[in-house]
Amino acid sequence: MKGFRVRGTLGSVLVGCAILASGVLAEEGAVTGEGALRPVAIVGSEVPQSLTETPGDPVRGRALVADRTKGLCLLCHAGPFPEERFQGNIGPDLAGIGGRLSAAALRLRLVDGRALNPDTIMPSYYTLQATTRVGAAWRGRPVLEAQEIEDIVAFLGTLRDTRTEGSAL
Amino acid sequence: MRGRSAPVLGLLLAWSATAAEIPVSERRSGFDAMSPDIQAMQQDEMANPGLLWLQDGADLWGKAPSPDRPACAGCHGEAGASMRGVAVRYPVYDAATAAPIDLEGRINACRARHQGAAPFPRESRELLGLTTYVAAQSRGLPIAPPDDPRLASARAVGKALFTQRMGQLGLSCAACHDDHAGRRLGAALIPQGHPTGYPLYRLEWQGVGSVQRRLRNCMTGMRAEPFANGAPEFVALERYLMDRASPLPLETPAVRP
Repeated sequence: MKGFRVRGTLGSVLVGCAILASGVLAEEGAVTGEGALRPVAIVGSEVPQSLTETPGDPVRGRALVADRTKGLCLLCHAGPFPEERFQGNIGPDLAGIGGRLSAAALRLRLVDGRALNPDTIMPSYYTLQATTRVGAAWRGRPVLEAQEIEDIVAFLGTLRDTRTEGSAL
Repeated sequence: MRGRSAPVLGLLLAWSATAAEIPVSERRSGFDAMSPDIQAMQQDEMANPGLLWLQDGADLWGKAPSPDRPACAGCHGEAGASMRGVAVRYPVYDAATAAPIDLEGRINACRARHQGAAPFPRESRELLGLTTYVAAQSRGLPIAPPDDPRLASARAVGKALFTQRMGQLGLSCAACHDDHAGRRLGAALIPQGHPTGYPLYRLEWQGVGSVQRRLRNCMTGMRAEPFANGAPEFVALERYLMDRASPLPLETPAVRP
């Protein structure tokens, strides 16, 4: 599986083909476009493989989740962030999410939740998705980079105890 | 401009909307969910800041653009009589251009055809003032879409645009305003998205703006490339939004947070 992690456009394309050939569903968006994305292999309702070699950093992940111009998470989700005012209530509460979903399942929901539910309002954070009129500043870029996805997956995994996690980090 | 109406329509019809339209009996103005102090600001003739723009419009209404050309009042007379019930019908079909036209577009067309005057830029103080003045004459009247088959394609394009995912975030108007109205996006309560009070004074803008300005803001939030001011796509969206909002009463000039 280690061979899936290849940097660069050409490598991604080749790996994407390899994944397809081996019968694992590959994200088409992950291997096209400028500054192509790292390959993402969806298995069932999960993405078991980390997108990067560097383990996710939960402290950076927490900061990304709370950042309303970067992760955007708290615009739609509430969670154990006592210092953050005005948390959204469009998506489920993030409290205890790490106890309900595995890292692999969280990864797919971040990378491309629309692979699970095409109608979800949740943006796909790591695809160059089939959408139109992408603003010039955002064109050809995913919402978050691969390492940022891993940081958030690592942080969400720490949200297990709904009573005490607010002070966990 | 990207995308003319016909190919855009074809493309968009491929996208199936998940949300149902809001039933007539459940349609609510954003006014209802505002704090009492902002509601009071809108309703108080002395406190509504939109009335400054309305007064500008009233002045322009009576002013001839040049000595040998009529003022708006020269043809239309008292706006309170001639303009009552106009804004609740717009956008309408303009036979001269064989295209839908919104209220701002109509005012500029009137300037060109009858006053020999250059168009006011979109979002200019003058155009917002005149539009506010004309629309305010219909304050309290129910939005009343014209039953005009020539508007059918604009309605279809507008509806398709409303339900199409756009921008880097892949959101659509419908994803928030049909599916999640009443929920909180951060600090903001998501309204049903009815353009009942335009042009309106928005505290965030510290000024009056058009419905197209609001649509541009929403598209930017979706990380999409907004349509140009006055673009046919926006006029089509306005048509659909007014259909979707009827028969709520017109509030111009509304106040919003």
